[in-house]
Amino acid sequence: MSEQDKKFAAALASDSRRTPVRLAFLTRRTSPQVSVKDEPFVMTWPDALFRIVVAAELVVLALVLVSLLWDAPLEGLADPLQTPNPAKAPWYFLGLQELLHYFPPVVGGVLIPTLVVIALIVIPYFNVNVQAEGLWVRNRPQRLRMLAIVTTVLTVLLAAMKVWALLAATLPMAALMAWSAGTTPDAPSRLRRWLFSKPLSFWIMTWFLIQAALLTIIGIYFRGAGWEWVWPWSE
Amino acid sequence: MARSFQSYLGDLRESRVWQSIFRSGSGPSNLHRSQAIQQNLFLHLFSVKSRRSSLAIGVTWYLGTLSFVTFLILISTGIPLMLYYHPSVPQAYADMKDLQFAVSAGLFLRNLHRWSAHAMVLLVFAHMFRVFYRGAYRPPREFNWVIGVMLLLVTLFLSYTGYLLPWDQLAFWAITVGSNIMSAVPLLGPKIRFLTLGGNTVNANALLRFYVLHCVILPLAGAMLVGIHFWRIRKDGGLYSGKSREESQPHD
Repeated sequence: MSEQDKKFAAALASDSRRTPVRLAFLTRRTSPQVSVKDEPFVMTWPDALFRIVVAAELVVLALVLVSLLWDAPLEGLADPLQTPNPAKAPWYFLGLQELLHYFPPVVGGVLIPTLVVIALIVIPYFNVNVQAEGLWVRNRPQRLRMLAIVTTVLTVLLAAMKVWALLAATLPMAALMAWSAGTTPDAPSRLRRWLFSKPLSFWIMTWFLIQAALLTIIGIYFRGAGWEWVWPWSE
Repeated sequence: MARSFQSYLGDLRESRVWQSIFRSGSGPSNLHRSQAIQQNLFLHLFSVKSRRSSLAIGVTWYLGTLSFVTFLILISTGIPLMLYYHPSVPQAYADMKDLQFAVSAGLFLRNLHRWSAHAMVLLVFAHMFRVFYRGAYRPPREFNWVIGVMLLLVTLFLSYTGYLLPWDQLAFWAITVGSNIMSAVPLLGPKIRFLTLGGNTVNANALLRFYVLHCVILPLAGAMLVGIHFWRIRKDGGLYSGKSREESQPHD
């Protein structure tokens, strides 16, 4: 192993009373937290804690106000013989319930949520693009072709299964990606430049976020008896 | 001449009793301020110094802090609510009515608990997306992100188990819908559902199980994970200050 290949240099003396040494490992790779030098620090007490306490008081105040103004819902005594139509889960599960409307339970209720949780857990272990380089910076024609293929396959699949709610978010998303691809880092539109700088992970997460929000909103406001489509202002 | 409140406070902090409790005196020096953090079981989860840039509102929107505060509100309203609540059918529902009409500020207590629960779910989601978009999950913070995902699940289960407790139509059918999804799990589905509900339908056993999960098991799991989550922030180099990537990750 040549001197060049070594990833660190180390020195150590055996008698710490005679030669007090500090053992230092100097690695070649720089981690994010040490590469920013000479950052100004403040004392956690009182600077940070003061802000935390203010934030805490604000949220307590807001929630107390909400609680004084609006009462928590309470319906009649639970009755297993009287099924309300529609029977809805809590709001944060209504996206899931909306998925169950399109997919068989094992797909919409088990497979997709499990995949989502696994995907969330492995995010930081995907070191494919640690530099967070924009998706379109390199191999643009190749990546555009990939985008076209993925979008087409998804569109055909979702249309075949009549999953309009997923399609409604996927197509504009693909269009936005294609739009952001056709630019350069010095384009006049700020939004377009900003989107151009975004890596693939940004696009996937944003697609997921919009998708989840859309499904949840549909589940909350646009579903009536028999999980049929209703307009929230129709009653 | 009358002494100021400040000077009385100062005397109190220098007193033997105060120092026996808090293990440190007070003063404006950085040593004293370090000790205020180091010598306190709870505060020592924080680092003694914080990056100034990480404290700006625009960096984190304080979403993690706010999530934790809603958790504290939920504990401090949940415990008094337990005093008025029997996890049995149909007494649970009668207790809701008592909270509404008989208990002093009972309705307010339940309102605050319920709205804070919704707020917590919303804030935890927002916190997750914020951390993602800042790129704060990247090494060395990978595992703290994973703990965060676990905390998201604990939050959802806490909210979901609490949803059944009022034992009204809303609660009963929401949990029925949710628990039907469980039976879609291949092979084990019906078993998992039976284990969760303590029966084949949502009944008194399910209410008791959800009560124990909601008041004991999940809050303890949540509190423990929150402890690790906070401690890891310090161990992983403090709050990610969100310098732009060009600055913080030089190409080699």
